[in-house]
Amino acid sequence: MVALHRFANPARFLRISTAILPWSAAATLLLLGAGFYFALFDSPPDYQQGETVRIMYVHVPSAWLALMIYSVMAGASAVALIWRHPVAELTAQAAAPVGCVFTALCLVTGSLWGQPEWGTWWVWDARLTSVLVLFFLYLGYIALVNAFDDPTRGARAGGILAMVGFVNVPIIKFSVDWWNTLHQPASVFRAGGPTIAPAMLLPLLLMAAGFTTFFVSILIVRLRAALIERRLRLAQLGQEAELV
Amino acid sequence: MQDYLAMGGYAVFIWPAYGLTVLALIGILWSSLATLRSAERRAAHFEAARPRRRARRDA
Amino acid sequence: MTAFLATIGRDLRLSLRQGSDAAMAILFFVLAATLFPFGVGPEPALLARIASGIVWVTALLAAMLSLDRMFLADYEDGSLEQLVLAPQPLALLVLGKVAAHWLSTGLPLILVAPVLALMLAMPSEGLPVLLLAMLLGTPALSLVGAIGAALSLGARRGGTLAALLVLPLVLPVLIFGVSAVEATLTGLGPRPHLLLLGAITAFALPLAPLVTALALRQAVE
Repeated sequence: MVALHRFANPARFLRISTAILPWSAAATLLLLGAGFYFALFDSPPDYQQGETVRIMYVHVPSAWLALMIYSVMAGASAVALIWRHPVAELTAQAAAPVGCVFTALCLVTGSLWGQPEWGTWWVWDARLTSVLVLFFLYLGYIALVNAFDDPTRGARAGGILAMVGFVNVPIIKFSVDWWNTLHQPASVFRAGGPTIAPAMLLPLLLMAAGFTTFFVSILIVRLRAALIERRLRLAQLGQEAELV
Repeated sequence: MQDYLAMGGYAVFIWPAYGLTVLALIGILWSSLATLRSAERRAAHFEAARPRRRARRDA
Repeated sequence: MTAFLATIGRDLRLSLRQGSDAAMAILFFVLAATLFPFGVGPEPALLARIASGIVWVTALLAAMLSLDRMFLADYEDGSLEQLVLAPQPLALLVLGKVAAHWLSTGLPLILVAPVLALMLAMPSEGLPVLLLAMLLGTPALSLVGAIGAALSLGARRGGTLAALLVLPLVLPVLIFGVSAVEATLTGLGPRPHLLLLGAITAFALPLAPLVTALALRQAVE
């Protein structure tokens, strides 16, 4: 807990994040570079799905990121609620648009993966449907935060929503799986047979790692901007108070 | 080369999937940097426009 | 306990005096459900297949429409601050408001549902389970709805926003509610589905008022 408070001071956070950023950015370029290489060139086509399995290398990592980012939002919101940590209070808002984009990317690539296999642009597969609901959770969060004139009120309300949504995600996933088995369409997204071949695991993990370091880098940039905005807003309010 | 780009006939699905991914990543990057630059610019303006307390007191 | 009952009583009296609130929810319920035969055709075989789904979805939407009634009036006239500052636990008072909301919105929907189900060609064997499932599930709609209502106080387009926030969260209620009826109609037995519905409501019953109280405190800060 003491360690956490070292980041509570925004100036300190800014200093630490400035140090981290070049490394996470470099890691992103390396991991994504290697990831794209192996995904598009140096990996075998699937014995059942052929070349389309390559779409999995962007579809599955974006699903992981979508879920991971939502967890980060919920965790940061909890920290913000309990400790009123200034950086935590801004993290959820900074992360949300990124998570939303990954969710949308997952849905679109899922659609592109499903069409050659099943001839339709959308399948109510359990995973895709769960990601669709997660997309609505993201959109709801963004809508809530932006629906208030007072940004602090928006952030606080959003924080509660993020935590409620997070608790709900396993319940929703369970119910969607339940619904799916009742109606029993075939499961679309299984590549490489019952276990994924190691040659396919490599690009998958590289892309996932690259997406993650990308998120970390972007989060640092957005938090920087948010902290500057916050400081600016407080200074402006302080100035107005002086004039009055 | 042609065979490779054709991706066994699935090119129209695979390349857009990767293209959109790249676009999404670049889009997020660009938007985040733009937000940061804009915030820094406005903060700099504010600093410049603010009357210096110390100078006032001396004057 | 008296404060809890007093809150229910007060809210119920207010909504009865206006009268229109329950009536509007029911009217929307009936209207929306009636749209489906116009949309998909009146063929009984088709309607029977989707009847439970239609009843549940439209009930859900009708419940969402009435969400901003829960706190908005109190928020706007300042009595919400009184509630927050009251000596009784805020969560308990929230539970009272949720109960009042369910009594004036959820319960009327349950009473009207069998009529709609029959109009939509649902086999009558499904009716008792439909009623039981709605009895178990609609309180969860009011409970989770309260969270959405509290979060969107003071927001632009608060009513619509609350509905948008709550709908994804109550998806499990819809899924298990429909599957309970379907299981009965196919002879598989509704018990697991009903148990899951009950579990959701039981889970929401202590937690939702606490979260709502938190959101209300944010709203009046």
